[in-house]
Amino acid sequence: MAKQTLIVIGNGMVGHHFLEQFADTPAAADYDVHVFGEEPLIAYDRVHLSEYFGGSSHADLALGTAEDYAAKGLTLHLDEQVTELDRDNRKVITPKGEYEYDAVVLATGSYPFVPPIDGHDQAHCLVYRTLADLDAIRASAEGRKTGVVVGGGLLGLEAANALKSLGLEAHVVEFAPRLMPVQLDADGGALLKRKIEELGVQVHTEKATTAIVPGEEARLRMNFSDESHLETDLIVFSAGIRPQDTLARSSGLEIGERGGIVIDDQCTTSDPQVFAIGECALWDNRIFGLVAPGYTMARTLAARLNQDAEAGFSGADMSTKLKLLGVDVGSIGDAHGATPGARNIRFNDEQAGTYGRLVISEDGKKLLGAILVGDNGPYDTLLQYALNGIDLPANPESLILPVSEGGAPALGPDALPETASICSCHNVSKGDICGAIDAGCTDLGAVKGETKASTGCGGCAALLKSVVDSELEKRGVEVSKDICEHFPYSRQELFHLVKVNGIRTFRTLIEQHGKGHGCDICKPAVASILATCWNEHIMASEHVPLQDTNDTFMANMQKNGTYSIVPRIPGGEITPEKLIVLGEVAKEYDLYTKITGGQRVDLFGATLSELPEIWEKLIAAGFETGHAYGKSVRTVKSCVGSTWCRYGVQDSVGMAIQLEERYKGLRSPHKLKFAVSGCTRECAEAQSKDIGVIATENGWNLYVCGNGGMRPRHADLFATDLSDEALISTIDRVLMFYVRTADRLQRTSVWLENLEGGLDYLKEVILEDSLGLGEELEAHMQDIIGTYQCEWKSAVEDPEKRKRFREFVNAPDKKDPVQHWTTERDQRRPANEIKVEMV
Amino acid sequence: MSETQWMHVGERGDLIPESGIAVWTPDGPVAVFYLPGAEPELYAIGHYCPLGQANVLARGIVGDLKGELVVASPLYKQHYSLTSGRCQEDESVSVPTYGVRLNGDALELAVPVTAKEGCAA
Repeated sequence: MAKQTLIVIGNGMVGHHFLEQFADTPAAADYDVHVFGEEPLIAYDRVHLSEYFGGSSHADLALGTAEDYAAKGLTLHLDEQVTELDRDNRKVITPKGEYEYDAVVLATGSYPFVPPIDGHDQAHCLVYRTLADLDAIRASAEGRKTGVVVGGGLLGLEAANALKSLGLEAHVVEFAPRLMPVQLDADGGALLKRKIEELGVQVHTEKATTAIVPGEEARLRMNFSDESHLETDLIVFSAGIRPQDTLARSSGLEIGERGGIVIDDQCTTSDPQVFAIGECALWDNRIFGLVAPGYTMARTLAARLNQDAEAGFSGADMSTKLKLLGVDVGSIGDAHGATPGARNIRFNDEQAGTYGRLVISEDGKKLLGAILVGDNGPYDTLLQYALNGIDLPANPESLILPVSEGGAPALGPDALPETASICSCHNVSKGDICGAIDAGCTDLGAVKGETKASTGCGGCAALLKSVVDSELEKRGVEVSKDICEHFPYSRQELFHLVKVNGIRTFRTLIEQHGKGHGCDICKPAVASILATCWNEHIMASEHVPLQDTNDTFMANMQKNGTYSIVPRIPGGEITPEKLIVLGEVAKEYDLYTKITGGQRVDLFGATLSELPEIWEKLIAAGFETGHAYGKSVRTVKSCVGSTWCRYGVQDSVGMAIQLEERYKGLRSPHKLKFAVSGCTRECAEAQSKDIGVIATENGWNLYVCGNGGMRPRHADLFATDLSDEALISTIDRVLMFYVRTADRLQRTSVWLENLEGGLDYLKEVILEDSLGLGEELEAHMQDIIGTYQCEWKSAVEDPEKRKRFREFVNAPDKKDPVQHWTTERDQRRPANEIKVEMV
Repeated sequence: MSETQWMHVGERGDLIPESGIAVWTPDGPVAVFYLPGAEPELYAIGHYCPLGQANVLARGIVGDLKGELVVASPLYKQHYSLTSGRCQEDESVSVPTYGVRLNGDALELAVPVTAKEGCAA
């Protein structure tokens, strides 16, 4: 039988998803498939469009490649707009030719709505939809100061973020009284506005633009109905979308009153040979302006073409979870409480900047909808309650209240029914995951590969992991804590093997307790354990191959393969003479110089072969390595305390120096930062550090396991009013207990959270010595302190070690051919565009 | 077909057990790895990491993953096979591989004969 021809018009996200779903089905063999795209580029991810301004290219955002299409037997016509759909003769017409079809899929999407304001069609009035639009925005923004987005919805805020990333002063102008009027209520919108304004985007609500005219200070002036005005260099319209139905309209297909191609539950239009999916399609008088419902339509149609009688589109969940300009926003189900009899629970914490609202059924049993602003933590749990009709707990308010003692009643993976949707991008239910595990998947990676769960937007990663772990445990599969494929042990277990058996090299450990050659996971972890136990020089020949490049070369590798150098400046206190030396060395080697967040000086851009020479000069001036490269104690930050400050009650600088000198070089599972504040004003920000010390009238308060960085955690108060000696012995014990028992790359904050018994248990072990380990921990720390050596010094003094620093062993004077430099704010830095030149 | 020739790029003493060194060749920088006890003991691949876009591969950690000898790029930790040059995380990416041997104490690399030295086309 001759193949039929299926033509897909539109190569956007939904059209692409349809092809992906359809190409692997049996029916695909019956069709020659032709795809027409108006843009010259293959389908790309419009949801993450703004990343284009962050340096992503079309290739990064592309959903497939021309080769993928060819491999699936799909014929791709890009940059070829279909201008006519001739249904009588069953053919589509483009400027390049005519193509006959047996069936057509319209996936033409939508176009941005531009309100008919006077002057809306002049230069620098733009929209935000395609990569070409973004190129136009970028060109318009070049060298300019201000940009306005018209429209405070989801996409408008994305666009504002994009303008901000181009360095413009960004404004959002919204007609409604609040931002995101579709998803949020008044309180939620107000909080979002406040948070976005704090991030430097100015929000103007209840503003109706009457005209756009030439500006005096900027290119354009927007006049508003309240007589006010705003000047700007460019305007981006993001005031909603309209279905792209022109082609369908001119071919005589049934169109909704306000636009959109009318489809039934099977995605069929008024012509049984023509289908429509995505934002161009009108189902039950509704247009769905999100990608997930479009994907659902795409899957429905693929099943329909495979004669799947059960396939049908029955609407879509419009819940959304977003991070807009870094602010969490979540909207679930009936967020506005439109259901008759619905009741509300609201929690508005103006102090913390979080807002939560639950919309609950009249009988109080089910969750109908929810709004979250400022913290999306509860989103996944709430969505499961809403989508699956799970009975609410007795105190539903706890679902949005801040976590207090005992924690919120989390909805464990066991509470979810089999039908619970885990991954909405790929429509994977809990039942699908259980099925994959029963079919032989034994870890998270295998389940992902089998079901595609969490391979779309990735928002469900945490939920997926908890479901997989729970289901594996139920089936008696132990969830592996092995460090990697070479050792069937956790870091803590390896630590015991090394310590108890007196193992001093990686080779011995892997021969006796592991297999293979090791890898970049286990080697540095074992190196760290060996350093904690025996503290031999990391450049000793048997330890060299175990280290990440930073440890090997005792400097921090930067993106062009050069290194940065951080000398130790204990407590942040430095003499003018030493400062001058840093300046002179930086000048001599043309190093970029920056003060770090931890009060040290970082010198960037040294080549491998320059490192030993630079260190020699620094060592001669009295500097030591600052261990900025290691999983080790980095810095002890301090304020000036009682030395200079009117309020200081203790000598914070002296204590900071003492602590930094004591623990310098201590190797640990993760980098460690300390701080000492001279009074409770806390200028050194000690409570965001692994070890924080704050002076009181009576001594020192010790805080432990805080963390700045990616997942901030305030440190816990551990002991109060300690003497100098008690402070140090307590820190000795805490640190040593941590380095012995933590997992690989586990920060103190996560370690404490995972420690059974938590802070109280740690206090028992350290302060009450419940395990009788105290003295041993202190003695072990003393050993490490006693064997300290400046790694820079011992490296430059040893000709064998020094040989390691040759860029090329057979061409000592050769410069790296791919390092290209430019100058910014009077300093040399790597050029953004690098061209590879091989000689 | 391009021909190769053995080029002297260093001495036995330049090698670092279980680790890499970088050498300079007319074909570009090459990373040479020395794994005593493995079969064979020497491996050579391009020094340039195409994903990190810098000359750094000789400074990566060597190991084996799923039965294949690899080096982890020190920049973004992708793994390149020491035998095929293929990147384990991205099948479409690879680095060149070279023949390498010890001739007595001389470290030698098989590099393509350049056009200048080879045929005059």
